[in-house]
Amino acid sequence: MLSSPLKRVPSMPNPNDRPAIELTGMNKWYGDFHVLKNINLRVLRGEKLVICGPSGSGKSTMIRCINRLEEHQQGQIVVDGVELTNDLKKIDVIRRDIGMVFQHFNLFPHLTILENLTLAPIWVRGMRRGQAEQTAMHYLERVKIPDQAHKYPGQLSGGQQQRVAIARALCMSPKIILFDEPTSALDPEMVKEVLDTMVALAEDGMTMLCVTHEMGFARQVADRVVFMDQGEIVEMNTPSEFFSHPRHQRSKLFLAQILN
Amino acid sequence: MKALSLPLPAEPTPGQIRFGALRRSARLLFGTPLNAALTLLFGVLLVATVPPMLRWLVIDAVLFDPSPRACRVATGACWSFIYAKSGQLLFGIYPLDDRWRPAIVCLLILALLGWSVRPASWAPRLAALWVAALVLIFWLMAGGLGLTEVPTSSWGGLPVTLILTVVAIGVAFPVGILLALARRSTMPAIRVGAVVLIESVRGLPLLSILFVASIMMPLFLPEALLPDKFVRALVALTIFAAAYLAEVIRGGLQAIPNGQYEAAAAVGLPFWRMQYLVILPQAIRVAIPALANTIIVMIKNTSLVLVVGLFDLISSGKAALADPDWPSPAAETFLFIGAIFFALSFSFARFTDFLERRGPTAH
Repeated sequence: MLSSPLKRVPSMPNPNDRPAIELTGMNKWYGDFHVLKNINLRVLRGEKLVICGPSGSGKSTMIRCINRLEEHQQGQIVVDGVELTNDLKKIDVIRRDIGMVFQHFNLFPHLTILENLTLAPIWVRGMRRGQAEQTAMHYLERVKIPDQAHKYPGQLSGGQQQRVAIARALCMSPKIILFDEPTSALDPEMVKEVLDTMVALAEDGMTMLCVTHEMGFARQVADRVVFMDQGEIVEMNTPSEFFSHPRHQRSKLFLAQILN
Repeated sequence: MKALSLPLPAEPTPGQIRFGALRRSARLLFGTPLNAALTLLFGVLLVATVPPMLRWLVIDAVLFDPSPRACRVATGACWSFIYAKSGQLLFGIYPLDDRWRPAIVCLLILALLGWSVRPASWAPRLAALWVAALVLIFWLMAGGLGLTEVPTSSWGGLPVTLILTVVAIGVAFPVGILLALARRSTMPAIRVGAVVLIESVRGLPLLSILFVASIMMPLFLPEALLPDKFVRALVALTIFAAAYLAEVIRGGLQAIPNGQYEAAAAVGLPFWRMQYLVILPQAIRVAIPALANTIIVMIKNTSLVLVVGLFDLISSGKAALADPDWPSPAAETFLFIGAIFFALSFSFARFTDFLERRGPTAH
């Protein structure tokens, strides 16, 4: 599946379905600093969004609000029909169904790769150990590192660690996966192996929100590109439109900088 | 540029090697005037101290003669005293006919400690095993249910030291973890409570806490509510150890990067499971050297209970020395007691060394 040629597979989200994620009039402040300004975003099931923008534009903060690693102060965030509030139980339930892949992998260094993958299925989903290990091995094979199962994260390369992190998210059978600059901390020669894994995931119809500067990846898999600047969504369009005819001055400037 | 070619040194013969080693050590010992002076100084010190020490320890010492008379005339150490008084040294004033009870207690605790350091036995049932063992231990020591009752004021020696150490540290460790987490809590009442408790316990000498527990508590608690003196000292030691351990564990917690909390939260691990499965194993590992330090100090702090009238190893030693038949060989007695404390502390240090080397080394 991963070895298939990298081609664009059109997904067909049905706009009449209940949206996977819906942000309405969402605002967030850090003290006096207005980080996110009136964010409105509707993500359909199976949609792949690439979120880009200059650093400090609030793109990471926005996706971190979706699994409430950050709190928003105003507006509404509804994930799979459930609104995010201060109710801790509800937050944990929502988090089970949202996978997250971090820039710095954040694997658990005191556990082996296999234990990293089985921890949440066992302790959050209540899965039996044998079954959890079977699932874990299945996903390790999908990210092509089943032979590393009994090593510790510190013994793996950055690219391998990030693929483990993706497998760890998949082991919870999430409905949505959030990627927070998954290739930014990698050595250049390891970026491709991680992107290939993400492309394969997109081809399987996973709902994905990716904060990334990998424009090739955006062209290849994104249904929509979201461009953010200074805490606002400035432009949102299909990748072909966005890259060939950016409408906004700020988008043009950003594209000029990133593509050169 | 011309390539440099160096002549290879000729293979040394065995004679040259031996001679060379001799010359090397001679150079190390007498190479400079300062080295020569230091070598001579330490040589003189060794000659002056080692032979008399050996004479006192072994050559002139009374090793096996069981009568006090031999010790009175001997110029060396009186080791037979340790042998003759071993029962009293180890078990204090515990009734003679029942000394088998504290003996079993000591063996039981040491065997359980030996069992507990094996990684294979680390499971929840180990804690259950300890609780069951402690019930058995208190029954053996205190009596009742078929055994003669022995009040805690008659307990003494090694079992007292072992029980105080194991229970105080065993209870203080989880309490310390809770206090450390409480001090980092975002809930003000919990955080302030932890700070007040930790800082007031750390601000007081252990001696004064023991005095409060043993002398002041009876002044304002009715007798029916007053726990036994041994239990009061145990609680005082536990609270003291918990405050110190809490700060050490908090240090470990601060070393854990935020990403670990986020990754654990992102998969939906609730607070306590996140702490137990992800954060604490890493934090405690970071804190191992400091934890070992605190715990070793606590092992020796247990001897301070003698000030409130409990007979630990040191008080039993003092009591044994009071026998007028013997010439009161204090140095020998304290060497013996010191050896027991050293064995306990050193074994624990080796255990923590093993823990540090275990598990992933790279991060």
